[in-house]
Amino acid sequence: MLSKDIKMKDPINAAPYKSGKTFDWRDYIVYIAFVGVLVYFSISLFDEGFLSSQNLMNIFRQTAMISIMAVAMTFVISTGEIDLSVGSITALASLTTALAIQAGFGLFGGVVVGLGTGILIGLINGLLITKVAIPSFLVTLGMMGIVRGLAMWSTNTAPVPILDQNFNFFFGSGDLGPIPILLVWTFVFALVGHILLRKTSFGRQTLATGGNESAAKFSGVKTAKVKLMVFIGTGLAAGFAGILYAGRMQAGRYTFGEGDELSVIAAVILGGTALAGGVGTVVGTVIGSLMIGTINNGLIIMGLDVSQQMIVRGLIIILAVAIGRKTIKR
Amino acid sequence: MEQTMLSMKNISKAFNGIEVLKSVDFSVEKGEVHALMGGNGAGKSTLMKILTGVYTADGGDVFIEGKPVTINDMKDARANKISMIFQEFSLIPTLTVAENIFLTREAKTSLGLLNDKECVEKTRDLLKELEVDINPNELVGNLGVGYWQMTEIAKALSQEAKILIMDEPTSSLTKNETEILFKFINKLKRKGISIIYISHRMDEIFEICDRITILRDGKNMVTENCKDIPLETVIQHIVGAEMDKAFEWQERSYPHGSNPILEVKNLASGSRVNDISFKLYPGEILGIAGLMGSGRSEVARSIFGIDPIDSGEVFIKGEKQSIKNPTDAISAGLALIPEDRRVQGLVLAHSVKENMILPILSKLKKGPFVDDRKAIELSNELVKKLNIKTDNIYKTTSLLSGGNQQKIVLAKWLANDPDVLILDEPTIGVDIGAKTEIIDIIRELADSGKSILVISSELPELLAVSDRVIVLHDGRVVKELNRKEIQAEEELQHAIQGY
Ligand SMILES: Nc1ncnc2c1ncn2[C@@H]1O[C@H](COP(=O)(O)OP(=O)(O)OP(=O)(O)O)[C@@H](O)[C@H]1O
Ligand SMILES: [Mg+2]
Repeated sequence: MLSKDIKMKDPINAAPYKSGKTFDWRDYIVYIAFVGVLVYFSISLFDEGFLSSQNLMNIFRQTAMISIMAVAMTFVISTGEIDLSVGSITALASLTTALAIQAGFGLFGGVVVGLGTGILIGLINGLLITKVAIPSFLVTLGMMGIVRGLAMWSTNTAPVPILDQNFNFFFGSGDLGPIPILLVWTFVFALVGHILLRKTSFGRQTLATGGNESAAKFSGVKTAKVKLMVFIGTGLAAGFAGILYAGRMQAGRYTFGEGDELSVIAAVILGGTALAGGVGTVVGTVIGSLMIGTINNGLIIMGLDVSQQMIVRGLIIILAVAIGRKTIKR
Repeated sequence: MEQTMLSMKNISKAFNGIEVLKSVDFSVEKGEVHALMGGNGAGKSTLMKILTGVYTADGGDVFIEGKPVTINDMKDARANKISMIFQEFSLIPTLTVAENIFLTREAKTSLGLLNDKECVEKTRDLLKELEVDINPNELVGNLGVGYWQMTEIAKALSQEAKILIMDEPTSSLTKNETEILFKFINKLKRKGISIIYISHRMDEIFEICDRITILRDGKNMVTENCKDIPLETVIQHIVGAEMDKAFEWQERSYPHGSNPILEVKNLASGSRVNDISFKLYPGEILGIAGLMGSGRSEVARSIFGIDPIDSGEVFIKGEKQSIKNPTDAISAGLALIPEDRRVQGLVLAHSVKENMILPILSKLKKGPFVDDRKAIELSNELVKKLNIKTDNIYKTTSLLSGGNQQKIVLAKWLANDPDVLILDEPTIGVDIGAKTEIIDIIRELADSGKSILVISSELPELLAVSDRVIVLHDGRVVKELNRKEIQAEEELQHAIQGY
């Protein structure tokens, strides 16, 4: 073997790694883009009152449901999975909540039923994905149709009005002083989500599962359990979003949340969470959904019609993700 | 006083009816380093996976400190203080070093939240003890292969394992890192930790191990004290036959003309390749030596069009090339067998045959279709030539043993019949029998007029095949040695370390 007199070389000098996480502005593309969009609308739409506090609060109201679902979706995408059923869940949950309140279960009963609806569907999704080993894309694609169908069928497409004004205040239309209640709920979900992802072992295990599933298993992470939990999470968040839709519109309706799954996923990816899993950020997600909300709001004020809005929104999303290519490549 | 830490009795295991372990016995004393040896596919990793609960044995018993135990998963293994450093790495590239080391065992604050600060501190202490300088906050995905390994070992040690399984721990380490690892193993021994050491490198085994157990075809061959068993006997038990002296350099007259087939001038690429110039003549075997991080692999990668070339020129047969991607490189007559074969060289979910014919699909065409008969013929031929242990050519490659996977990558590129072959660590993870086969194949190829670049950290192997050796340091060629001028391995070692 190697003779003793050979000078041992300090391995540090041969170290082939960069020190620390290196700064890359691409990691911050969503923040840069968000500021850009804000500045652009502030100047071009100044006279139309884009910057008025009323309009800004409106943006928060319009994006609350997307933000809340996107926080939960961040976990699902961080594990390398996807949940397409969230939009449909909001519709069914809004109806079950409204029906429960109508049947006299009260405010509390209504919320429990709405959340329960979401959790139950999330649980079924999770079990099919982890126990039957069907890819999440297929499970939730199927579930998206089933749940929307159930929502239509349950009341024969009729809306169910909610007359409980306390419910409508706390879960949609109310304001606490100048602050819309929807903003408060968004903040609660974002905070809990952020702590869960960054500060708990569950969050760490979520990222590990998406980073390299077999390595995570070898390290003792119960990856199936983690996946089950994140799908229950999106179910719960979508159920809550359904409750908020119901409170805001003072009715349950089968049309709620149509196409929301796409906005939610776009918000998460825009925010910097990797579609392949392993990298996720709740703060980025919230900024991502605020950006989508701001764009929507600005385009409406600009007087673009729906078709034009869709085109511009699509372009901006593709552009932002392309510039921040790291988010796709991880 | 000796004390048996672990004993495995009559362990049997079959996959799809094919027995890979036949009533194997294995035991380890407290504070002992016990070598587990055997050819590729002998069943070493399988035995260890049974010990760590990855697989369940079909029959047999496991005792820890005399008590019978059942190990059904990693958690049971951990509860019994067994920890394994996997041949397939078990780290998560998107998490940091500290996050990986303490995954599922994170320190918590009084609120039950993660205490990253403490994890980072603990990691720092641990790495200091290991004498490796890795930033605990670095993403594992940014680390070089050798540092992954170090992180793996640190992770196992942090679990206060009493039985540490190392499956080919040095296959991606340099001499220096190996020395550091061995020092550490000795430290662990003194602490009473038992180590099961799997390796195909004989010198390591004899340096570090107390006892050897050899498996062949899933059966016990011998268990013996290291000092009492001569090298020849070990090889004989592994291979099942006497071996010729393949590791000795054989004087070779190669038909080299005065015109180089490959010439590299002032090549620079990224941060690791700064100024590389060399010539490779027809029929020549040129060895590339250097420490890890000296730019050996990166030179190969930039020539082959994987990493972009920043400046400098590459000539093939006197013609200036502009190779932008591996496809260009292949059509220019180059082939690269990468270092990290499992990741870069194989489609693990595909069969042996599909992997082998991948680079030569266009040559196997019969009209618009792939000539399946020819593909099968060729695959079978390569399996035989390289002595690849697989049930048949349709077996999924992920189910083969580590060494046999390596051989498939080699086979895959041999099938392509290139002019210039670049081999990056060609014998990593293969057993002593296959090593000599591969060395013989390299010689044969050169004799038939092919030109070969061999990158290797195993100096005996490099010295056995090379006609000429260039030594790299910091992305530059610092020395060129004619094989004939090199008297002893130490000389080359000095040249490599001397900067
Ligand atoms: N999951 C599996 N399914 C089918 N066959 C398997 C499986 N795992 C291992 N084998 C087979 O069992 C045999 C023993 O493999 P093992 O990985 O234990 O070999 P090894 O001694 O570690 O070899 P190496 O030195 O190449 O790593 C091989 O022939 C391999 O193909
Ligand atoms: Mg093995």
